[in-house]
Amino acid sequence: MALSQADVLAGLAEIVNDETGIATDAVQLDKHFTNDLDIDSISMMTIVVNCEDKFGVKIPDEEVKNLNTVADAVNFIVSAS
Amino acid sequence: MTKKIVVTGLGATTPLGGDVVTTWKNLLAGKSGITTIEKDWIAQYEVPVTFAGQAAVAASEILTPQEIKRLDPSSQFALISAREAWADAGSPEVTPERFAVEYSTGIGGVWTLLDAFQTLQERGPRRVLPMTVPMLMPNGPAAAIGMDLAARGGVRTAVSACASSTEAIANAYNRLQSGEVDIVVAGGCEAAIHALPISAFASMHALSKRNDSPAEASRPYDANRDGFVMGEGGASLVLETEEHALARGAKIYAELAGGAVTSDAYHITAPDPEGSGAARAMLSTLSQAGATIADVRHINAHATSTPVGDIAEYTALKRVFGDLLKSIPVTATKSSTGHLLGAAGAVEAIFTILALHDGVIPPTLNLIDPDPEIHLDVVTSPRELKGENILAISNSFGFGGHNAVVAFRKY
Repeated sequence: MALSQADVLAGLAEIVNDETGIATDAVQLDKHFTNDLDIDSISMMTIVVNCEDKFGVKIPDEEVKNLNTVADAVNFIVSAS
Repeated sequence: MTKKIVVTGLGATTPLGGDVVTTWKNLLAGKSGITTIEKDWIAQYEVPVTFAGQAAVAASEILTPQEIKRLDPSSQFALISAREAWADAGSPEVTPERFAVEYSTGIGGVWTLLDAFQTLQERGPRRVLPMTVPMLMPNGPAAAIGMDLAARGGVRTAVSACASSTEAIANAYNRLQSGEVDIVVAGGCEAAIHALPISAFASMHALSKRNDSPAEASRPYDANRDGFVMGEGGASLVLETEEHALARGAKIYAELAGGAVTSDAYHITAPDPEGSGAARAMLSTLSQAGATIADVRHINAHATSTPVGDIAEYTALKRVFGDLLKSIPVTATKSSTGHLLGAAGAVEAIFTILALHDGVIPPTLNLIDPDPEIHLDVVTSPRELKGENILAISNSFGFGGHNAVVAFRKY
């Protein structure tokens, strides 16, 4: 069953908060992981693996470089679920 | 020309307390920081030794969840102690390029390494955290401090087992003498109270087995000592040239008068029974300090409570001090804290500094039946330490035949 965008956004925000301490309400669809949220590549890999566990999806390494914004990640997870 | 190097900040998290003031107060009160380990892994692995000197205050009570997540427990202790020391020094404005870190660990990020291996076995390589290597590397604690305090004059990690953090202080002395830097955070940390290191030390019969009486297990110089007790924590000193300290109006605890290292080239774990390497380290330190053996009025001994080690250090002390030795008060504070391995030297340096600064020598616990082979004036209840221009030394020795000694002078 496909997940809703709102559910994925809420779940992703929790994962980002857990890894980086960034407030969950700061994780919004238009935010850029690097430029806006200051998330480095090491944190990003941990966030990706935790998303895989939480949402039961596979996010290939070659796809991660395309996930620039929160919306990119949420849309990928929704479509893969 | 030899510069005067001074101590201007202290920080520690130990089995006796989460800061220097609490640790020192409990040490002087004769308290033991050694307790039974209440963790599931004790029973899970049938660990043969079930007690240790565990940190009195958990790092998670001090640091943010993100710091806990990104730092090995050893680095967590390092950061806590370094921040305390830096604040104690007045959080000085310094030139980053002339500010260095010399910070050690004996074992490194053993929790991170073994947790990651467990993850690999149970969940596969993709679940191994990308921070694993920077968390487990032995220079991780020094790097964490260097980034936190913006030290750009070089961040180094001396690794010499249980001599590590005394060597770090000696290295800081040399860097400050060289004129390359003005101020250094020096010290060491350890967080190895884990089933594997305990089992390994127990296999070599290095640990006390007094599972039923943890507080009495660490008993340096006692005839019934049966090994050391593992401890954990971190300790940091802010060291700077006297010129730099005076220019910024810093409070000064003591002078770091010298610090030297030697090596035995004798055996990978056993101390040289003749004690010649340890003796050379003490004599080199006194030479740097421009002092004689008569100036030394207190010794914080390495004294881990192993049958062989305590005797070997005593032999070395006799070589250096001769007949004067019996008139020098000695203390063995591992009786209270346990043996903090790579952090031990820095913790004991702080005790040595405070003994000079506060004029009181902390006690050695559990010396009930003195070893008839060891003739030392061991302090068993707090004793006044008086005199001007007096010196106190702190010894540390490590597997690998490492000997490190530092000397502090009353300021």
